[in-house]
Amino acid sequence: MALTNLEILEEPEPSAAPLSSSAKNAGSASRGKLIWLRLRSTARFWIGSIIVLLLILWAIFGPAFSNFGAGDTDLLNTGVGPSGAHWFGTDGIGHDLYVETALGLRISLVIGLVGGPLGTVIAAIVGAFAGYIGGVFDKVVSWFIDLMLVLPSFFILLLISPALKKLSWVALVFFIPAFGWMIMAQVVRSSTRSLTDRDFVKAARFMGVKTGTIIFRHIIPNVASLLIIDATLGVVYAISSETALSYFGYGIQAPQISLGTLIADGTPGATTQAWLFLFPTIALVLLLFAVGLVGDALRDAVDPTSGVTRD
Amino acid sequence: MTESPLLEVDNLSVEFLQRGAATVNAVRGISYHVNRGEFLGIVGESGSGKSVSSMAVMGLLPSTARVTGDIRYRGESLLERDDKTLSKLRGKEISMVFQDPLSALTPVYTVGNQITEALKLHDSGLSDKAADARVIELLTTVGIPAPERRAKAFPHEFSGGMRQRVMIAMAIANDPDLIIADEPTTALDVTIQAQILEVLQKAKEVTGAAVVLITHDLGVVAGNVDRVAVMYAGRLVETGTVEQVLTAPRMPYTMGLLRSVPNMQTAGRSRLVPMEGRPPSLAALPPGCPFEPRCPASIDACSTAEPPLVQIGGTGPGSREVACIRADEFERGTLGIADVFPHPEPVPPEEQAQVKGATVLQVTDLKRHFPLTKGVVFRKTIGSVKAVDGITFDIEEKQVLGLVGESGCGKSTTILEILELARPQSGSIELNGVDVASLNSSARLKLRGDVQVVFQDPMAAIDPRLSIEDIVSEPLTVRGASRSERSAKVRELLETVGLDPAMSGRYPHQFSGGQRQRIGIARALATDPKLLILDEPVSALDVSIQAGVINLLQDLKDSRGLSYLFVAHDLAVVRQIADVVAVMYLGRIVELGEADNVFSHPQHPYTQALLSAVPIPDPRVERTRQRVLLDGDLPSPTQEIPGCNFHGRCPLFKILDAAHQERCIQTDPSLRSVHNSSVACHFAEENPLRVTGVDITEKEKS
Repeated sequence: MALTNLEILEEPEPSAAPLSSSAKNAGSASRGKLIWLRLRSTARFWIGSIIVLLLILWAIFGPAFSNFGAGDTDLLNTGVGPSGAHWFGTDGIGHDLYVETALGLRISLVIGLVGGPLGTVIAAIVGAFAGYIGGVFDKVVSWFIDLMLVLPSFFILLLISPALKKLSWVALVFFIPAFGWMIMAQVVRSSTRSLTDRDFVKAARFMGVKTGTIIFRHIIPNVASLLIIDATLGVVYAISSETALSYFGYGIQAPQISLGTLIADGTPGATTQAWLFLFPTIALVLLLFAVGLVGDALRDAVDPTSGVTRD
Repeated sequence: MTESPLLEVDNLSVEFLQRGAATVNAVRGISYHVNRGEFLGIVGESGSGKSVSSMAVMGLLPSTARVTGDIRYRGESLLERDDKTLSKLRGKEISMVFQDPLSALTPVYTVGNQITEALKLHDSGLSDKAADARVIELLTTVGIPAPERRAKAFPHEFSGGMRQRVMIAMAIANDPDLIIADEPTTALDVTIQAQILEVLQKAKEVTGAAVVLITHDLGVVAGNVDRVAVMYAGRLVETGTVEQVLTAPRMPYTMGLLRSVPNMQTAGRSRLVPMEGRPPSLAALPPGCPFEPRCPASIDACSTAEPPLVQIGGTGPGSREVACIRADEFERGTLGIADVFPHPEPVPPEEQAQVKGATVLQVTDLKRHFPLTKGVVFRKTIGSVKAVDGITFDIEEKQVLGLVGESGCGKSTTILEILELARPQSGSIELNGVDVASLNSSARLKLRGDVQVVFQDPMAAIDPRLSIEDIVSEPLTVRGASRSERSAKVRELLETVGLDPAMSGRYPHQFSGGQRQRIGIARALATDPKLLILDEPVSALDVSIQAGVINLLQDLKDSRGLSYLFVAHDLAVVRQIADVVAVMYLGRIVELGEADNVFSHPQHPYTQALLSAVPIPDPRVERTRQRVLLDGDLPSPTQEIPGCNFHGRCPLFKILDAAHQERCIQTDPSLRSVHNSSVACHFAEENPLRVTGVDITEKEKS
C-alpha cells in the first residue's frame, strides 16, 4: 500500500479564509511562490545564476579594462603566453586573447540567450495549436515534426551553411532554434490535449472565447513551467550547436569571432600554446555548466519528483 | 455487557509529523468498541479522521504517523505487534473493503487468482481444487453471474460495481470476524450502491462478522447499521443507536448534517439549511469546541474548552454519548433542532422575477452516435455508440428540468451537444426560438451569452492561474466590455453569489470547494444568461457545503427568472430543485413529467428502481421500505438491444407472462402519456411495482 499522508488525510484543500477576513491568507502559497521558495533554497540555482551574470557582465565590460581593442594586433608580442600586458596571451598575429574571448563570448551569449528561448516559443505555439485544434491540422503538424526529427539537424545546418556564409552571423540565431524545437513541441502538444478536456478550457469555449485567446490565455500559461525549463536548457543547446558549427568552420565566419572559432583556431597549438585553447574553452565550459545548473534547479523546483531533490 | 467487545479502540490518537509545518492531529483521542456481529457506522466529512482511524486499526498507516492510545482486538493490543504478526491477522480475522474498486485489484491477474491468493495466504494447505471451488462459492455469494467463467476474467473486464463485489468476496474469503468497509459505495451509481449494500449485509449474515462501515452519507447508514458514531475534526462528537442519532440528534453538528443534506422525504417542500463555514484545519485547532465557529447554538463557554464525550440519557440500553455542553438542553427539549437550524426563507414574492412562460430551450429528437472504428491507418467503422438516441424535451422560463440517470446514460453528451451550439448530427436544438443549426459565427457568439454552464468539479472548472476578477469577467472580455464596466459587474456578481467583492484579486487556490463553485456560478451569470446548464454542480462538494450552493441556485432562479437544465445522478438533489424531471437510460428518456408526479408516482420500472435505491436518512422509513432492485450493470453502449433496451434488467419484465415479455423483446416502446407523465413502457398502466418511502402521501400519514 503506497499511501501518502495527504491521501489518507483527505485534507480537502489548502486553508481558505472565511468570507469576511481578507488578510488571513498570507500563509497559503501560490504555485509560483512555492517554486520560488524551493528555488531560493537550492545552492545550484544561486551558483549558476551568479556565474551566468558575471559572464554576461564580463562579456560586455571586460574588453574596456584591456589596453587593446577589438581587432588590434600587437606585432611586438605575437604568440606570447599570459603576461601583465596580455592577460590571456596573444595569438600568432598578436590579437589579444583576453579581448577576443570576451568578444567571442558575446556572440555565443546572444545566440544562446536569444536562440534557446526562441526554440521554446516555436515549440509552444506549434505544440499548443496542434494539440488544441486537433484533426487534420494536428496530423499534418505531427507528420512534419516526425519528419524533422528523423533528419539529423546538424547535417542540415552543414548543408545550408554555404547560404549561411553570405548572411550575417545573426542568421544563426534563427537557424539553430529552427532545428531544435520538435521534441518540446511534442511534449506541449500532448499536455495541451489533456488540458483541452479540462473544464475550464471547455468553459472558455462555451463562453465564446476565440481559439487564439484560449491558447495564449489558458493553455500556454498552464504549461509554462515546462516551457521555462525548456528555454533554459535550450540555451545550452543553442550555444553548443553554434560552437560545434563554428568549430568545423560552418558557423561564424571571420572577421566575426565566437567561442567556437576561437577554440578551433587554438586547437592546433593546444600542446605548445595551451592558452589559445584553454581560455575560450574554460569560458565555454563555465557558461554551459552555469546555465545547466540553473535549468537543473528549475526542473527540480517545478517538479520535485524528478531526480533527486536536496532539501 | 456480558462478553467483551470484539474490537476496542481506546483513546486513539494519530498525528502526522510534517517537516517544516505544524503537526496534523488527524485523530484526537477517540474511543469506541465493536461487538461481535455488530454493524457500526462511522460518519464524517472528508478530513474528519474517519479513514485514518480505521487505517490505524489495520496497521496500514505510513511511518510518519505517530499512533498513541490502544487498539485491542479480542482483548489483545494490536499496536504492540509487528507488521509480520499483524499480516497474519489482516485478511484472516480483520479484512478491509476499500473505496476505489478500480485501483484495489491488480490488473495483471485474473480475479479468481487474486481471491485464491487471499485464501492460500492464510491456509497454505488448501488444494488448488478446493481453492477453485471456494472462489466460485464466494463469487456466487456476492452475486456475480456465471462465476465459473468470471473467475477467469481480468479486473478490467468488470464494471465498478462488479469489482466492488469481488473486493467483498476477497474480504470475506477467510471468514473474518471484522470487516472494515471504507466508503465502499461512494464511487458507484445509486442502483449499484443499493446492490453493494445488500451484498455487504449478506456477507455479514453469511460470515457472522462485525462490520464497520465508514461513510459520509447518513442515508447509507440509516438502513444498515445498528450503531452510529459521528466524527468531526478528529473526534467523536456523538454516538448512539442509529435511531437515536438520526431521529433525535443531540449534537448540533449531526443536526446540521441532517438538515443540510437533501433528503428524498423533505426535498422540494422545505428548504435546506446550510451549515456556514468549513471544518477547521487539523494542524491548528482553536482551544474550544472545534465546531464552535460553525455552530448556531454556540455560547461563550463553547470557545474556552473542548467538551468531552459524555454519556446522557442514563446508563441503560438507551444510553448514548454526546460531546456538547448544551446536550442537556437538547435532551430536555428546551432547545430544539428547529431553533438551532431554522429553514431559511425563500426569495419574497415581490422580489421574484415575473416571467411569461416562453420556451427557452427546445430539444427535438436529438441524436449523437459515435462511430466505433478499428485499424490505425485505414479506419473502418465496426459499429456505433448511441450516446444520445433521440431525446425530446423543452424548458420554459424560470423552470428547472432535472436530467437524471446513471453514469453512462448520455447525460453529459446531451449537455455538450447543446453547449456546442452547432448543428446536431440529427434532430434540432432551439434556443430562445432560434434553431442553432442556422447560426453564423457572430450570431452564435451572441447566443452563447444566453446559455452558460456550471461544471461538476470546481477545482477543474476555473483556470488556476487567473485571478477571480479575470475568471469572472472572462465572458465580458470576449464581448468587448471596458475595464471599468467589467470590474463593476464582477463586484456585483460576487455579491450575488455570496462572496466578498474585496476578494476579487485573489486566486482560486485560496478558496474552498464551495466558494470555488460560487465563483463558477458568478462567471456563468456574467452575461445575464437565460439558461444555465448545471452539470452535477454539487456532487463534488462536501455534504455540509452542498446546501448553501443549492439554496443559492434556487434563489437565483427566483430572483432572476433563470431556467436550469440540472444534470445529476443524485435524485434527492434533483427532487430539491427541479420542477420537471427527465429520467435517462441508455441515451433515451424513459420517463418525463412534473417532478412531484414522477417522484411520488414513478411509473417506469427504471424510475422506480432508481427511486427505491436512494437511501433516506431515517431508519424507521429505511427498514420498512420495499425495494425494487435492479440486476446487473448498465449494458455496454455498443450492444444492439432489440425491443425495449431496458428489458434485460427490468424488474417488471421478470414478472410478466411470456406473451407480454415477447412484446418487450420485439417492440421498442416510445414515450406516451400515462397519468400526466410521459413514460416509455408498454405496461406502465399494469405495473404492480410500488415504491414506498418516498411517497408524499405516505410520509404525511406518518
